Amino acid sequence: MKNLTAFWNILLKDMRTYYLKPPNISWGIIFPLAWTAMFFIKSGAGRESLCDVLPGVVALSVLFGTTSLLSVTVTFEKRNRSFERLLLAPVPLNVLLLAKTGGAILFGAINAAVPLLMAVVITDLPDMSWGVVAATVLLIAVSSTFMGLFIAVSVSEVFEAQTFSNFFRFPMVFLCGLFFPVARLPALLKPVAYLLPLTYGADALHAEIRGAGTIPVWASLAALALFCAALFAVSLHQVKRKWIA
Amino acid sequence: MQPAIEAGGLVKRFGEKTAVAGIDFQVGSGEIFGFLGPNGAGKTTTINMLTGLARPDAGTIRIGGLDCTGNPKAAQHITGVVPDESNLYPELTGFENLCFCGALYGMRRSEREARAKELVEFFGIAEAAGRKFAACSKGMKRAVTIAASIMHRPPILFLDEPTTGIDVSAARQIRRFISGLREAGTTIFLTTHYIEEAERLCDRIAFIVSGRIVRTDSVTSLLQMVQGREVMDFALASGAVGLCERVATAFPQLQCQVMPGEIIRITSSAGRLRAGEIVRYLEDHGGQLLEARRVQNSLEEVFVRITGIEAGVMKNEKAGRGS
Repeated sequence: MKNLTAFWNILLKDMRTYYLKPPNISWGIIFPLAWTAMFFIKSGAGRESLCDVLPGVVALSVLFGTTSLLSVTVTFEKRNRSFERLLLAPVPLNVLLLAKTGGAILFGAINAAVPLLMAVVITDLPDMSWGVVAATVLLIAVSSTFMGLFIAVSVSEVFEAQTFSNFFRFPMVFLCGLFFPVARLPALLKPVAYLLPLTYGADALHAEIRGAGTIPVWASLAALALFCAALFAVSLHQVKRKWIA
Repeated sequence: MQPAIEAGGLVKRFGEKTAVAGIDFQVGSGEIFGFLGPNGAGKTTTINMLTGLARPDAGTIRIGGLDCTGNPKAAQHITGVVPDESNLYPELTGFENLCFCGALYGMRRSEREARAKELVEFFGIAEAAGRKFAACSKGMKRAVTIAASIMHRPPILFLDEPTTGIDVSAARQIRRFISGLREAGTTIFLTTHYIEEAERLCDRIAFIVSGRIVRTDSVTSLLQMVQGREVMDFALASGAVGLCERVATAFPQLQCQVMPGEIIRITSSAGRLRAGEIVRYLEDHGGQLLEARRVQNSLEEVFVRITGIEAGVMKNEKAGRGS
């Protein structure tokens, strides 16, 4: 019960002080709009092709929403030493890290909901399982957030968190199958694509929204879940090694 | 009675450097235990190991009878920590920070709000309570940080340099809080490099230098080391170095030392120091005496005798950090 109180209050504080600030809310709306517009301008297609761009916009909204904020907020708290306050509390480290990442996961999921809601209003979405889409979005949000956590633990300055995030994000955006199908990537890059969590998230969204997946959805979700577990375990280990050294 | 804090053979290394080199001590329940030493002596590293922010390379730690060596979380529910720099959330108000810290210890909302109000009143920090922490003065921040660390009523409190970098009146107020906590039965582990602060507040003191404890004793016992000694400072307009050598030759039973600011410090280890004789000698040999004053025996003398470190060195470090 005490851990739950601590968990809830850490989550609530982060939502209030970081994620629900007006600039972040407007960014959460503008980001998917900008990406959608960019895809339309590039393809010259009409609104009937919205479903083609939707998986990409959803995945990118989650990826950028979660990694940008989490890596920066945790690094900021580590820098001004308020993270120490959390480490000094009798809250198990895994509960603490789940609470810290909870806000970013929710923020990422809400970011994904924006383009999905827009798509519902603008066009007729094909018959799809909303449960699977929600599970995919959640798993992309969790894996991206844990990647943000890994980045935060690996750097010491806020600006480093941003640059190091891009080191992971941009290759992932280009190799995960959102812009080019993984099958069309050069032979050398194909194995790399399958080492990225977003590849599985993007494929599951393509499968559900466009019926154009290349991997069974259950396999993509399982792969995402594995990435989540591995990234969390690595981050937990790194926090113990570097921050409680 | 079981000690509140026990450390046995604690070692901490950072690469090639040994920050803490096998220290042992025990802190009794309800005691204020001072950990006194210059910057880099290993004070903060020791606190970090005791509170779970650092892992010892060797040794054992027991807090409140609980073995924390391999499990630093074991005793965190009974300890409060005031770090050397305030570590609360800049974007929350003082009151919100207090409530948030209470929540970290599992306190229910009504309970933590009532406790926060009680502490705001006790510390007299109503202004800071309603203000964003980032906008508070250093003294206010310190008071709120101490209040935050005792939200959950810990029986053991670690205070790391609590008065460093704040003004005199705020420091005095914080010393009053610390005395108040002791009266309430809290065990306090206090690190400081303010010798007079340690003397005033602590029951027992450990001197730590270069990661080693060189002496642990009660303040009373430590002060007995300098009993029977008389010390006087003679402030001159100039020429203290030359005159000091001459006084030392003329009065071989006395110890003479040049202090910063053209001051000659003369110590008589046994017997009365005859100030008149020395004043006459100094004036007869061209010294222009500005002031002569008796120096009260203090822990500072003890510290210098035990560690060989001039208290002035620590004061300069302190000024450097505070600025």
